[in-house]
Amino acid sequence: MTIRITKHKATEDFLKLVQEKADVNLSSCYQCKKCSMGCPVADLIKLPPSEVIRGLQLGAGTELLNTDLIWTCLSCETCYSRCPNQINFPAVIDALKSIALEKGAAKPAGDAPLFNRLFLNTVKSYGRVYELLAIAMYKLGTGNLKQDMGKFPMMLKKGKIAILPPSGANKDKMKRIFSKSAQNKGTEK
Amino acid sequence: MRYAYYPGCSAHSTARDMHESCLAVSKALGIELNEIKGWTCCGASAAHQTDRKLAVSLASANLLLAKQMGMDMVVNCAACYNRSKTANYEIINSENVRKSVADSLGDTYDGSVPVRHFVEILLKDIGPVNLRKKIINPLRDLKVAAYYGCYLVRPSEVTNFDDPENPTIMESLIDAIGGTNVEWSGKVDCCGGMQNLTQTEITVRRSAAVIDMAQAAGAECIVVACPMCQVSLDVRQADMEKLLGRKYNMPVIYLTQLVGLALGLSPVELGFNKLMVNPAAVLNKVKAAA
Ligand code: SF4
Ligand code: SF4
Repeated sequence: MTIRITKHKATEDFLKLVQEKADVNLSSCYQCKKCSMGCPVADLIKLPPSEVIRGLQLGAGTELLNTDLIWTCLSCETCYSRCPNQINFPAVIDALKSIALEKGAAKPAGDAPLFNRLFLNTVKSYGRVYELLAIAMYKLGTGNLKQDMGKFPMMLKKGKIAILPPSGANKDKMKRIFSKSAQNKGTEK
Repeated sequence: MRYAYYPGCSAHSTARDMHESCLAVSKALGIELNEIKGWTCCGASAAHQTDRKLAVSLASANLLLAKQMGMDMVVNCAACYNRSKTANYEIINSENVRKSVADSLGDTYDGSVPVRHFVEILLKDIGPVNLRKKIINPLRDLKVAAYYGCYLVRPSEVTNFDDPENPTIMESLIDAIGGTNVEWSGKVDCCGGMQNLTQTEITVRRSAAVIDMAQAAGAECIVVACPMCQVSLDVRQADMEKLLGRKYNMPVIYLTQLVGLALGLSPVELGFNKLMVNPAAVLNKVKAAA
């Protein structure tokens, strides 16, 4: 695979920023590609894990924030688990996600950032996730109302969806934790 | 046997059956689960995808409560288990994380509370020998595919659950309750659960691949210990049929439900009526064996 890299001033600090956020050292990767061989979404994406690392090593910059693996990754931890150098690649993905959120990168397929924000907003309000609200808002937000509607009555009947908001959590604590979060703005919107 | 119990948010929604069967089995085996008062969401995958400090702090808030109770924390949701263990791991291994969590919580937490999955309690604290003694309905001939998915086993430096490529804890328990484990290579594959709502087709394809493998190995049901896996594998079977044009009819059952059956508890008490794919074949077989 060919990796195209545009070098410019800002890219020099990008590797450093990612490594710091993820608490990893990518120079120990020797491109054995075990991570990519085991990645369950490798056939769906343009750059598999080892190529993203190669890109970072060679000085790729913020263009990586739009690479499709970031929001397609399943957090399955297979790459990390099999890496002979214990490189925590899922932490790299999380770092790229949080930088992408900060920089307001393009909306990915499926809009996971929207779902995560809505999910966390309910946690902030109720102390626990209010699934029904998060899912309804997400469906409204993405305009994808039809999908899964057929299952809804059955899941309600089986008690698999709670109608009322969760109760019993210590909500006061949530305010403090969320207000101290560096990405408070990520959940505030 | 007393533990601080962290049910997790799904215990009151998608995974009521997991929660109910866990309580019923605990009662039958004399395991005392003390629910952590005021527990809050562990942050799930939404928090770690957003901000590391938020993720570790949310999970630590509950660990701190468990610490005040002076007991090991028992978790039955594999995802909460993974997030809580990750919080401990990061706090122990990084001064920076420890400081930032203290700043969030306004209290210090040192990462010391042992986090244990309910499956580990069954295997290590009760043990197959004692479990076997309590069996009323041995699951004779029931062919089971034990499915671990990701969160229990990976990353193993964090979860320390079992061999990450070939775990056998669930098989030992299934064996103890009289089931037959099938040999298969899908047990630590990913069900794709994280994209269940966002990029559903990925989940449907990943989960179908898992079921196909279990089926090919001759399994009559898949046994899980994670609500994300349960929902992907069970609720998505109708979508698999639509997308792939073939029949899917594989019961996907929590390990605690199956253990409860063997202990002679009733299917209703164990939440069998909450499964989407009808588990009648499994129930009939166990009844026939009794
Ligand atoms: S498995 Fe590790 S060393 Fe090998 S390519 Fe992937 S990150 Fe690099
Ligand atoms: S964690 Fe993400 S990148 Fe790593 S193997 Fe799993 S899906 Fe691929």
